[in-house]
Amino acid sequence: MKSPALDYLRVETLSAALDAFAGQGGDAIYLAGGHSVIPSLTLRLQAPSLLIDISRIAELSGVELVGGWLRIGAMTRHAEMIHNPLIRAHAPLLKAAAPHVAHPAVRNRGTIGGSLSLADPASEFPAVAIAMRAEIEVVGPQGPRRIPADDFFLGLYETAMEPGEILRSVFVPPVAAGQVVAFDELARRRGDYAMVGAGIQASFEGDRLGDIGIAFFSVGPKPTRAWGVEALLRGGVLDQATIKAAQAVLADDLEPDDQPQMSAAMRLHLARVLLGRLLGSLGGQKA
Amino acid sequence: MKIEITMTVNGETVRETVEPRLSLADFLRDRLGLTATHLGCEMGACGACLVLLGGKAVHSCLTLAAQADGEVIETLEGLNERGVIADLQAAFHDRNALQCGYCTPGMIVTAHALLADNHTPGRHEIRDALSGNYCRCTGYEAIVDAIEATAVQRMGEAAE
Repeated sequence: MKSPALDYLRVETLSAALDAFAGQGGDAIYLAGGHSVIPSLTLRLQAPSLLIDISRIAELSGVELVGGWLRIGAMTRHAEMIHNPLIRAHAPLLKAAAPHVAHPAVRNRGTIGGSLSLADPASEFPAVAIAMRAEIEVVGPQGPRRIPADDFFLGLYETAMEPGEILRSVFVPPVAAGQVVAFDELARRRGDYAMVGAGIQASFEGDRLGDIGIAFFSVGPKPTRAWGVEALLRGGVLDQATIKAAQAVLADDLEPDDQPQMSAAMRLHLARVLLGRLLGSLGGQKA
Repeated sequence: MKIEITMTVNGETVRETVEPRLSLADFLRDRLGLTATHLGCEMGACGACLVLLGGKAVHSCLTLAAQADGEVIETLEGLNERGVIADLQAAFHDRNALQCGYCTPGMIVTAHALLADNHTPGRHEIRDALSGNYCRCTGYEAIVDAIEATAVQRMGEAAE
């Protein structure tokens, strides 16, 4: 349970980090909070020659409103999702999800950029980023680019980031008046990986649902948007009959695999139960 | 490769040369002899290795000594010598909130961090805070009791 021997370089700028990665021919890993990287080293799942510590690069930190978006720096720790006043006010779905991410001590070190770039299929923040319509900004040798969350998560631990690119910021559209959120997950014990989880962000126009974003996690190799359920709900009244109908069509959006711990049918059942609870909670929050 | 790091540990400045792969936990235990920090799972699940980094509870097994360069670290030894956990320790003793004691340093660090943030935690909040601390002697009920009793006692003293 000890890391293999490796070199370590702490950099102060993004360009120094990109140069160090390029100079290593790809045989390097960026280190931010380290709460996924370090276990992967001690478990000997990977053994890079060089760790590039990007945690003290100034432009990776900070939370601010800029150009109509809430910009959250990649180094922002999970605990900040619960405590930061700007995040609480403008990205309430992140705040709702954060207490479910691991345990308090992990949340003091783990970072939003690390969580999104790892793209663990059981992770809360990738799904929440999709439901919030967030955009993810990455920087590489060719400069920065912004990727909608819908296009960012490609597969199991696979994202649209190229080798060597660094996730700099998450841009979240601030919630508008009338927008409501709901988040929950089913886990065997508090802080365990969820058996199934989901986040929803929606707006009401009077009694009717306006726009709605629903994303599930722990239901397959990547966070999964419930497109069909969204289409069914948009513009309708959120009553018991509608919630039942939404639960029925959820099977068209999710394709969980049979696994030794849980059958696909069981996981789909749990996803339906969770969807019903979350939609009920949304209805209760309607102004 | 070896690198030089400097940090404050329990109020003292420490300067050492380390291999980059050395964890903060091994640095504290093997280099500085601060063995109250325990190693259980070495993958961030059991909570036996918790220390305070910049005043916040963190897993010293998931943090490299190199990452703690320039930081302020406090271990259970430091909390003990400052006297700030004397009431927690007494409450754990009174309530028999330990059997083998291996998990206790992490439990105390979690309890200390919880009570610093939240002076009146309910039992549910105490359990939530302890969700990352494993006790394999299954003593959680007494641990929750001890932390709750300490919170109540501190509130009583603050009111006097």
